[in-house]
Amino acid sequence: MGYAGQVSLGQAGFYGIGAYVSAVLSQQYGFPVMMSALSAMIVAAFAAVLLAVPSLRLKGHYLAVATLSFGEIINIILNEWGPGGPSGFGDIPHFDILGLTFDSTKSYFYLVWSCVALVLLFSFNLINSRAGRALRALHGSELASRAMGLDVTALKIKVFILSAVYASLAGSLYAHYVTFISPGSFTLFYSILVLMMAVIGGITNLWGAVIGAVLITILPELLRSFEEFDVLVYGLVLTLSLMFFRKGLVPLLIERINKLRSPEIAGH
Amino acid sequence: MLDIKAIGKSFGGLVALKDVHFSVQERTISALIGPNGAGKTTLLNIISGIFPPDTGDILFLGTSISALPSTKIARAGISRTFQQVELFGDMTALENVMVGRYPKTRAGFMSSGLRLPYVLREERQIRNLSLEILDYIGLSSRKDELSSSLPLGEQRILEIGRALATEPNLLLLDEPAAGLNIKETRTLGEMISRIRDDKKITILLVEHDMDLVMRISNRITVLNFGEVIAKGSPSEVQHNQAVIAAYLGTEEE
Repeated sequence: MGYAGQVSLGQAGFYGIGAYVSAVLSQQYGFPVMMSALSAMIVAAFAAVLLAVPSLRLKGHYLAVATLSFGEIINIILNEWGPGGPSGFGDIPHFDILGLTFDSTKSYFYLVWSCVALVLLFSFNLINSRAGRALRALHGSELASRAMGLDVTALKIKVFILSAVYASLAGSLYAHYVTFISPGSFTLFYSILVLMMAVIGGITNLWGAVIGAVLITILPELLRSFEEFDVLVYGLVLTLSLMFFRKGLVPLLIERINKLRSPEIAGH
Repeated sequence: MLDIKAIGKSFGGLVALKDVHFSVQERTISALIGPNGAGKTTLLNIISGIFPPDTGDILFLGTSISALPSTKIARAGISRTFQQVELFGDMTALENVMVGRYPKTRAGFMSSGLRLPYVLREERQIRNLSLEILDYIGLSSRKDELSSSLPLGEQRILEIGRALATEPNLLLLDEPAAGLNIKETRTLGEMISRIRDDKKITILLVEHDMDLVMRISNRITVLNFGEVIAKGSPSEVQHNQAVIAAYLGTEEE
């Protein structure tokens, strides 16, 4: 979302696809978990294409609403047709790679962070390449991007597919960790949390997404005492961060550090 | 190399261009001049495919391009700059030029993410060529600065550099001297002539600075209220009565 300037409110849909497809394939059809997770990523990629082709013609709020509707549709499908319906299902096998089973919290911790590292590495490589530069250019000026021969629509579709595949991987990792899933985990609220992670961390910086994710994940623990009012606090945090550090925490910190290092250029 | 044939364009009730004909010869600098609102930028936007003409046709190297979108036109070999600078503001000067290499290179999402060897090779080529271009336009020392932090004169020159990176046959410049001082305008004029001579690129420019236009252009086309009122060499145009009446008259007094 950040680098290419597209806003998706449907990430929960892809996250849900990742969790359900992977869980169903491994639990009910006996697929190895790795294969199930990979299959889920392929399904998510197809879903992304189906959604992207009509909706990426839309801009700004319209695109956001289209992706939001997609997320809701997936949620309704999971509710109606998912195993166990609204109450979900359990006994999902733990993640295993070639016989190595990740069934303790500690081993899962390493697994998830390895995935984060790989995804980050892939993303950093992408951003500092021809395709990544094109995405950033698109964010800067669509008019000039076209004049430089960038295939704008294809680029938007590809980055959308990539974000769907990432969300799907996250969903699979989640499903095989908790071993019990229900549609309630894949609602609009999750999409908004993802958006908050990106905005608070800083949408133009990959580390921003990581920092944002860590903060937003810790937040509910800190908000225990607010009980059901925690949603209000989420809203407040998002509003305040948009008011005071619109670019996000990480870009803000980088700016501060640069200023400290070279005070004479700071006024520039 | 570029033939504009009977181009017409209206916006609502407003006729922006009416039956415009002219052609641009290879390896020349052609200028399009005229008072504000004469339709010059509209014509550049039609040539570069930002919107299609209502009537008429445009031939580029013998093939019709008037129905193509701007991405395809850029890939066919026409690049441009913008009157309102359209740089990628959050990217450095070097990165802006590197984006210009996009149509001539091929690394995709997967291969870039995995840093395949050919991607790294291609990336080095893109970088070296872009550094050469920055050197050519005299902005080497600015390579790591954000394009939005450069002064306007350098931003306009950087836009030209980014366009050069696409290796165009035809370069469209929309008021490249707007907002520049006399010294910057002179440097710009020399650069435009150099681009025609060294890189064998044909140039079509829209410009209000008559001094610059008269100094560097081989051919001039004058538009007034969407119609061509004169064509010719700088001296022919300067002495054309219709042009003096419509436009230069006020300038020469």
